[in-house]
Amino acid sequence: MVRNERMARAEHVPLNVPEIRKDFPILRRKVRDKPIVYLDSAATSQKPTQVIAAMDDFYSRYNANVHRAIYELGEESTREYEGAREKVAAFLGARSSSEVVFTKSTTEALNLVAYGYGIKGKLQEGDEILGTVLEHHSNHVPWHFVRDQKGVALKYVGIDDNGRLNMDDYDELLTKRTKIVTVAHVSNVLGTINPVKEIAKRAHEVGAVCVVDAAQSVPHMPVDVQDIGCDFYAFSGHKMLGPTGIGILYGRAEVLAETEPLLGGGEMIREVHLGSSSWTDVPFRFEGGTPNIAGAIGLGVAVDYLTKLGMDAVRGHEIEITRYALEALGGLKGVHVHGPEDARERGGVASFTMDAAHPHDIASILDVEGICIRSGHHCAQPLMERLRVPATARASFYVYNDSEEVDRLVAALRKVHEVFA
Amino acid sequence: MSTAYAMYQDVILDHYKHPRNKGALDNATHRARESNPLCGDEIAIHLLVDGSDRIVEVRFEGQGCAISQASASLLTLSVKGKTRGEASAMDRDDVLRSLGIPLSAVREACALLALQVLHRALGPGREERTS
Repeated sequence: MVRNERMARAEHVPLNVPEIRKDFPILRRKVRDKPIVYLDSAATSQKPTQVIAAMDDFYSRYNANVHRAIYELGEESTREYEGAREKVAAFLGARSSSEVVFTKSTTEALNLVAYGYGIKGKLQEGDEILGTVLEHHSNHVPWHFVRDQKGVALKYVGIDDNGRLNMDDYDELLTKRTKIVTVAHVSNVLGTINPVKEIAKRAHEVGAVCVVDAAQSVPHMPVDVQDIGCDFYAFSGHKMLGPTGIGILYGRAEVLAETEPLLGGGEMIREVHLGSSSWTDVPFRFEGGTPNIAGAIGLGVAVDYLTKLGMDAVRGHEIEITRYALEALGGLKGVHVHGPEDARERGGVASFTMDAAHPHDIASILDVEGICIRSGHHCAQPLMERLRVPATARASFYVYNDSEEVDRLVAALRKVHEVFA
Repeated sequence: MSTAYAMYQDVILDHYKHPRNKGALDNATHRARESNPLCGDEIAIHLLVDGSDRIVEVRFEGQGCAISQASASLLTLSVKGKTRGEASAMDRDDVLRSLGIPLSAVREACALLALQVLHRALGPGREERTS
């Protein structure tokens, strides 16, 4: 547990990283006799014992299916599952927990919007969907499906050389024909924090809904869906200290009411007859099949953990470590860092390329040093094309990372340079 | 250099920094190009096969990590002078042996890209010759 109670309340008290690290058993592991340096939290975060224990507790003590069991175990599992929904709703600033839908991932959440609001909705030929070049593939491909089914047009907002969305582009492309605007809150490659509040506001001015891929923002900064004003907000549990296999789609009550389910089956119906069925209420109509109960409970505990740290403190820590990393990487010969230069304008992500070595070779040599980074296109091939690089190396940070780990990264990059220069 | 860097022993770095048979081949009779979508590695192989079905000239072009590019360079050395049938019969083990290094499953895909391109360049019917 985090023992520094002051941290929970004070906004500007820095995170107590040494104490936090004690909660993450995997960080005690050694790789090739070297302590692990985990710098890939943008791909998936590590899990604290509290989350692991909560899921274990569910399976050991009160495993039962949710919502219909009359017996005690089922009541307990339903209470904990729905309790997790309440926690997520409060964490996001949603008006009601009925605006929170459990999915298996951000990808499923975005596909639910694309199918249930896009393909099954009111879109007509000639309508347009507006995305951006910096999206993750999971916020590109579902809209390709919609285009193919509905004959709508897809348009894309570009970025400037610092990785910021070109808002003039946005104004130009946003018209009465635009019905859906979809954008990442934070770029998983560049770290750019996009002005989603302004984007949502302008989208609403032309009568479009605004979908936000929040996979890289919710884990790392305070968010408030009502303040942002978006209509849909999608993210994953596993990037925010929770387990894999659980994601969230927040939808404003009014738009969820106009959204059709992606999965038909148990849990989501009101009545079924041979040949016909009617659906139950939001959000349950979107949760066909037995849900990931343990996953939802684990996510709820992850939310507790982050709430206790304080999301302002989490964000402050990430600005600090990202600034430190950007400075250190920028000082290395032949290394190019992509994205906004100011750490306050970006999430805890540092993508870079090296003149002498391909990102895969960088990652392989870092692996020898016990350092986990990601290399490749980061599921953002259109962005790689825009940046004119085949791939990048990416270090990403979270609550358990410290500047000493950045130092080890930099020392290892010097070795990469030695090998390849 | 530390043994921990076995993956980047001299032969790989030598072929990466000084690739053999790199470039275009205008009079090629067989050619193919492929990329590894996971990492953006890209390799093209151009072959000149003579009347007796022998590979008399070979060039490769490409970009990507050291493993993929060194593997392509090494492959050009071993296919030159082989018949089409002999080159088609080359397999994963031949390539990994020539690299002589331990590779994880992910990096193996980098190493084997050149072989895939070679097989594609040599065209269908390869299976008959290898059996």
